[in-house]
Amino acid sequence: MIQQNVVKVGMADLNISSDGGTLRTTGLGSCVGLILFDERNRIAGMAHVMLPTSEIARESSINLAKYADTAIPELIQRMKQAGAMTSRLTAKMAGGAQMFAFAMQSEAMRIGPRNVESCKEMLTRFDIPLLGEDTGGNYGRTIEFDSTRGILVIRSVQLGIKEI
Amino acid sequence: MNPLSKLEAFKLDVLKEVGNIGAGNAATALSRLLDKPVDMKVPTVNLIPFEQVADKVGGLEQVVVAVFLRVEGDAPGNMFFLIKEDSAKRLLNSLLSLEVRDDNGYSEMELSALSEIGNILAGSYLSSLADFTKLSMSPTVPALAVDMAGAILSYGLVQYGEMGDSALLIDTTFFEGREDLEGHFFLIPDPESFDKIFSSLGVPSE
Repeated sequence: MIQQNVVKVGMADLNISSDGGTLRTTGLGSCVGLILFDERNRIAGMAHVMLPTSEIARESSINLAKYADTAIPELIQRMKQAGAMTSRLTAKMAGGAQMFAFAMQSEAMRIGPRNVESCKEMLTRFDIPLLGEDTGGNYGRTIEFDSTRGILVIRSVQLGIKEI
Repeated sequence: MNPLSKLEAFKLDVLKEVGNIGAGNAATALSRLLDKPVDMKVPTVNLIPFEQVADKVGGLEQVVVAVFLRVEGDAPGNMFFLIKEDSAKRLLNSLLSLEVRDDNGYSEMELSALSEIGNILAGSYLSSLADFTKLSMSPTVPALAVDMAGAILSYGLVQYGEMGDSALLIDTTFFEGREDLEGHFFLIPDPESFDKIFSSLGVPSE
């Protein structure tokens, strides 16, 4: 078996792979793992988005990978530099769960669904088709994107393995 | 830069004492429930990068049983009571004499018992803290999850996400010696709560 190059993406982090490697992020709860893929050039990018919008940021230097509205443009930029074409990009995503169900549902606690909505808005803005998603629910996910096959593998404690 | 990274050493010591008092009472409560001695370690108080918070309980993918409570009142924050699955099963066993099956999954009775244990412990943690600081702190109804530590804990870090990539965590480990039952209390006050905690304890703010 050929040892594949696994690129790890941390929390509030993003990365790309252009050599047929695998992108991986672990322990997605309310965070969203978003993958962009240029199939012809085999260039893939993954962002582990934590918050829906950078408008709420109170930090002096923004971590672009953390917010949906800044992570997606940054990811597109990085992939373009690696030779990807924006018009060929497709997307997949997973995560955005609501880990705990509460009777009181404040906006802050609905963070998972809001992350998903915000990612979708950005994809629409950049005209990138969403080919598959596994979002919502109340469970954590670990995801791996194989950039040679273009398949996203989703693992969860309750539901085992799923591919989209 | 995160303003909390500038906290002086003695303020961190104050927070350590906060953890000590809270978790000490919770450990006493647990000890009464189990009718066995329960020990705890000196709390650690650190500003920890998001990525490393789950390392304290075995990594992002470690499956843990977690009871989560939102703390409301004068000094809001998030509180987690976390135990690994084998410890959770031992806890159920010694407390309720429930023989937990080895396959994955818990019965409704077991989940409800774990949730109640978390509720009792978090309640005694918070009430002693409220007495000590004279601040009003009340827990919400507990929510229970059995899942990856990373997915669970990231939920309590959202308030910090807006201002940096690390969170201030008061972590106390407790254990019941002979049967090797180990658990953690994480208290993650909202960033705005620190000033209130300090001023209620007479720590001058600059």
